[in-house]
Amino acid sequence: MRKWFANPRNKRSFIEFLYICPFLALVAIFSYYPLYGWVYAFFDYRPPFPLDIHKFVGLKWFISMVENPVKAKQVLSVLRNTFAMSGLNLFFSWFPMVFAIFLNEINCRWYKKFVQTVTTLPNFISWVLVFSIAYGVFNSTGAVNTILQELGITNEPIMFLQSDRHIWFKMWLWNTWKNAGWAAIMYIAAITGIDGELIEAAKVDGATQRQIIWHIEIPSILPTYFVLVMLQLANFLSNGMEQFYVFENSFNKDTIEVLDLYVYNLAMGAGGYSLSTAISMLKSIVSVVLLSATNLISKKVRGEGFI
Amino acid sequence: MAKQKTSHTKYKVNAGDRVMSVLIYVIYAIFAFVCVYPFYYIFINSISNNDISARGKVLFLPKEIHFTNYTRVGQIPGLADAFKISIGRTLIGTALTVVIAAFLGYMFTRDTLWKRKLWFRLVAATMYFNAGIIPWFITMKNLHLTNNFWGYVLPMAVQPFYIILCKTFVESVPHELQDAAEIDGAGTLKVFFYIIVPVIKPILATIAIFAAVAQWNAFQDTLLLVTDPKLYTLQFVLYQYINQASSLKSLVNNATSGNLAASLAHAQTATSIRMTVSVVVVTPIMLVYPFFQRYFTKGIMIGAVKG
Repeated sequence: MRKWFANPRNKRSFIEFLYICPFLALVAIFSYYPLYGWVYAFFDYRPPFPLDIHKFVGLKWFISMVENPVKAKQVLSVLRNTFAMSGLNLFFSWFPMVFAIFLNEINCRWYKKFVQTVTTLPNFISWVLVFSIAYGVFNSTGAVNTILQELGITNEPIMFLQSDRHIWFKMWLWNTWKNAGWAAIMYIAAITGIDGELIEAAKVDGATQRQIIWHIEIPSILPTYFVLVMLQLANFLSNGMEQFYVFENSFNKDTIEVLDLYVYNLAMGAGGYSLSTAISMLKSIVSVVLLSATNLISKKVRGEGFI
Repeated sequence: MAKQKTSHTKYKVNAGDRVMSVLIYVIYAIFAFVCVYPFYYIFINSISNNDISARGKVLFLPKEIHFTNYTRVGQIPGLADAFKISIGRTLIGTALTVVIAAFLGYMFTRDTLWKRKLWFRLVAATMYFNAGIIPWFITMKNLHLTNNFWGYVLPMAVQPFYIILCKTFVESVPHELQDAAEIDGAGTLKVFFYIIVPVIKPILATIAIFAAVAQWNAFQDTLLLVTDPKLYTLQFVLYQYINQASSLKSLVNNATSGNLAASLAHAQTATSIRMTVSVVVVTPIMLVYPFFQRYFTKGIMIGAVKG
């Protein structure tokens, strides 16, 4: 051991390790240590009492998800919502790309810049604020209802928020409002990165703008699109809970509750601690499998993965 | 050929292209409007006659402008505290995240670091899994980080994605720079502070912006970890206001009922409180947005290399 330290290179390598130790400790505490909490999924845990070995229940919670009719129904409905929302996002994943392509067609520089600036802005506000804005614009005395009533389209205010009509589509719309401009930036950068000479050459050969888009721009940004779709697939079960938490109310509870929100609601409800842990554990495992699978597909298709 | 005679004719312009071009301008104008109008709407409503605003009649121009709403929301108990907490976590959290990302990003490029690859992989892997809400909560509780300001910043301090950004950036810096300094006798830390930090400043600025926005917008951690109103963040308080604006209205109006001159136009309504607090929450983002916008593309492109 002493001999090892006598080598200045080894000594330095150890000192450098000491430098990063505090940060490795943070990672260990906040990312790895919580995994130990998965044991709660195998117990009948009721806070605030400490974990009791006699309350070991094995796979009871996992089985209850399938066998208990009430639970099974809830889980199915939550899965349906999750699949619907992620599916919609996946189905319309081309939107930011098309948004970027046509934005690039605008020749007026300040206008292009202006559109890019204002459509990116919503990405930087929180879901709480999005909800606050949604409430302001769409509640019964909000801008939209006022306009609709003044135009005589409707006499009664339409309850946009306090209803479960088209809720998946509405959630997709809010998500798109918040994220599309931001997502487009990556494609805009990719289009800007295309070799100008290539486009010039095409123009000299008499290519129309439509042909340039179709044969030069789209092929060169497709790899970016592919990676993003793969990442979206990997995150299929993770919609996050904030958006759905803030938009949730007693009218839309059944159709808005996605997996992440369900896990939270279970945890907050009485006695749902262990079941909630069991579900988040399953979700985490499935997500890792999805990620490996998509990474593998990416390797097959592009020759490189994204992890 | 005629087409090639005039070199400034970029491509054939026919009537169809003209229509297309106008259509594109119009469609993007609609997108821009949809993104801007809600912000404008809450702003004009926060400075208009509260009675008219509550009936939803302020649509495009403010009516009977006054600024008393802004002085009144200051009287809502807890708002000033929440502002301080949000500012505090944004400043401290951002500083920590940036310093750690820079330092670890650099350390993970050093061949001399003991088991470099292993530590890097362990840190990077944390991007892809998550223990779930309950294990997370129990961990935080055991560490006494519930109802604790540090619960806001410590868990978010080590961000693998930013570390990878920094690492990629440091790797692109010519290695001779470091070698020369080391030959002159500079140690690991000296190289970091005097060579690396000045060179990677642009990426650090980008990371600082994203970290600051994430801290300012964070909502879920307050929801899970904090029950002490003194530690509520602005986002959390805003969420509460949206749901309880009507009870707050009477509170603020009663507090000022000493002077009965508080006319109907200036009396607080549920709408006025929601709108005004929303403007307060969004203002810091709006103020820094123009400055950080130029860092977007840079950050995203560096991320795309590795992402």
